[in-house]
Amino acid sequence: MQTHSRLTLSQTQAARLVNKAKFVDGSFLWLGRVILLGTLLVLATLILDFVIDGLPRIDWAFMTNFPSRNAGSAGILSSWVGSALVMFVTAWLAVPLGVAAGVYLEEYAPNNWFTNLIEINVNNLAGVPSIIYGLLALGLFVQSFQMGQTILVAGITLALLILPIIIVSTRESIRAIPRELREASYGLGADQWQTIRMFILPAARPGILTGMIVGLSRAIGETAPLITIGALTFIAFLPPAPVAIEHGLWFNFPSVNLDWINSPFTALPIQMFNWISRPQAAFHVNAAATGVILLGLTLLMNGAAIYIRYKLRKNMK
Amino acid sequence: MDAFVNTPQPEVITMDLRADIKDLNFYYGQFQAIKAVNLPIVDRKVTAMIGPSGCGKSTLLRCMNRMHDLYAGNRYEGEIRLFPENINIVGADVDPMYVRLRIGMVFQKPNPFPKSIYENVAAGLLIRGITQKAVLDEHVERALRQAALWDEAKDRLKKSAYELSGGQQQRLCIARALAPEPDILLLDEPTSALDPIATARIEELILDIGKHTTIVIVTHNMQQAARISDFTAFMHMGNMVEYSPTDTMFTKPREKRTLEYITGRFG
Repeated sequence: MQTHSRLTLSQTQAARLVNKAKFVDGSFLWLGRVILLGTLLVLATLILDFVIDGLPRIDWAFMTNFPSRNAGSAGILSSWVGSALVMFVTAWLAVPLGVAAGVYLEEYAPNNWFTNLIEINVNNLAGVPSIIYGLLALGLFVQSFQMGQTILVAGITLALLILPIIIVSTRESIRAIPRELREASYGLGADQWQTIRMFILPAARPGILTGMIVGLSRAIGETAPLITIGALTFIAFLPPAPVAIEHGLWFNFPSVNLDWINSPFTALPIQMFNWISRPQAAFHVNAAATGVILLGLTLLMNGAAIYIRYKLRKNMK
Repeated sequence: MDAFVNTPQPEVITMDLRADIKDLNFYYGQFQAIKAVNLPIVDRKVTAMIGPSGCGKSTLLRCMNRMHDLYAGNRYEGEIRLFPENINIVGADVDPMYVRLRIGMVFQKPNPFPKSIYENVAAGLLIRGITQKAVLDEHVERALRQAALWDEAKDRLKKSAYELSGGQQQRLCIARALAPEPDILLLDEPTSALDPIATARIEELILDIGKHTTIVIVTHNMQQAARISDFTAFMHMGNMVEYSPTDTMFTKPREKRTLEYITGRFG
């Protein structure tokens, strides 16, 4: 029989190993802290700079005035209304389409090369630069279909842009549903649609809502595709009101019209871009103030996403 | 002799069958998990299936409500006849949904829906298109009483099912399966995730429900099978080794392998 050297460690050898491990862990810990601190500092400086420049400029008049040649009396009324309407169209197009596509791919699509092809392409679409979507919209909607440079076209373009985000998050949240839940539903005799409607979609709702808000908060800051389709940068009027209430002899039921959807528009990031490119410093302050509003909106939307997720998860487990 | 020979015991013959498994083979892709199994399911009695891990007892149970149809590559051969219609529920012409509307199931781990207690029990009725509040209320109460959960749950029917303890959740799942009044209730190791006290409550419940409902239960616990079942089937490596009235099975088993298993020599 062959003899082998004993592996038992002496006390000093063991202590040396422990010290080495402690040193490696400690170094990595501090390296991580320094990098994290550096990153956060840069971000904080950026935001602070914005806020110091812009926050004092934000008042009621700034929110309710149209843009003007005079920086002091210029406001962002047309651009925040434009952003809000474009977001409205985007949400109504992207969410139903994206959720439906996600449900189809996850629940109904046969497992074959064609489905895989679609899957790979959806994932890749999420990484396509936004200006490409702008070019597509310019060529297709504005030029071929002659739809004009309208809120509808902007809404469709941004919806296309965030569709992959919504599809992917829908699929991921459906896939995360435990198999036991599905079996419980089918075991009761439910058909596929009942299972999806009664159990899968409700259980996937936190994830879907998060994806929706992440998508919309990306869309709200997009500038390039909107400039590409030719959004105006100086608009001193509002789109026709979606709801009109007439007061006659009797109160009339509010009439809804969709004329606003074909109206030209501007949006917050475009207004900001426009003001930054001016030489006068007073306009730069306006741009900073618009930036603060945009940052605030993004923060608010992400905060809402986190809150909704927390609230719904708590109900689920 | 490997396979159980299809010679029912005298006691069995005189009783009504609710289902009859005949020469059933089941394949996960290439792997044959169930080999030419025969097993009668007596009406309004509790049939227990025992055997070591991987013997195919859960697989056989999941054949009975076509759970395997949810996953690709699974295949049945042979028959499970459901009475009184006398149809083959693993036949290609029978829709799995039809089978599951007739045969209810309770799973190993409690799996309530992330909804209220009431909605959980009502789910099977809603799936069947029953929506009148009065009818739902009546059936929900009855199912919860049958599952011995009514007293604990009646004041918090609108609360989330996840607020219940593990044992209560499993009784909720039993109530959920009972509410649509299934022809057969399948129980797949329903107590394996529960503590002894919760297990005892579920066992009492099964004895109670078994008086008027046909139950098939899979268990890895032989004492449990002895305590709650009228008939016991012993499976090993995909084969049905022995099927007898429970008393006979645990006192005078016919097969050597059954004796070895119930005396703890393998498994």
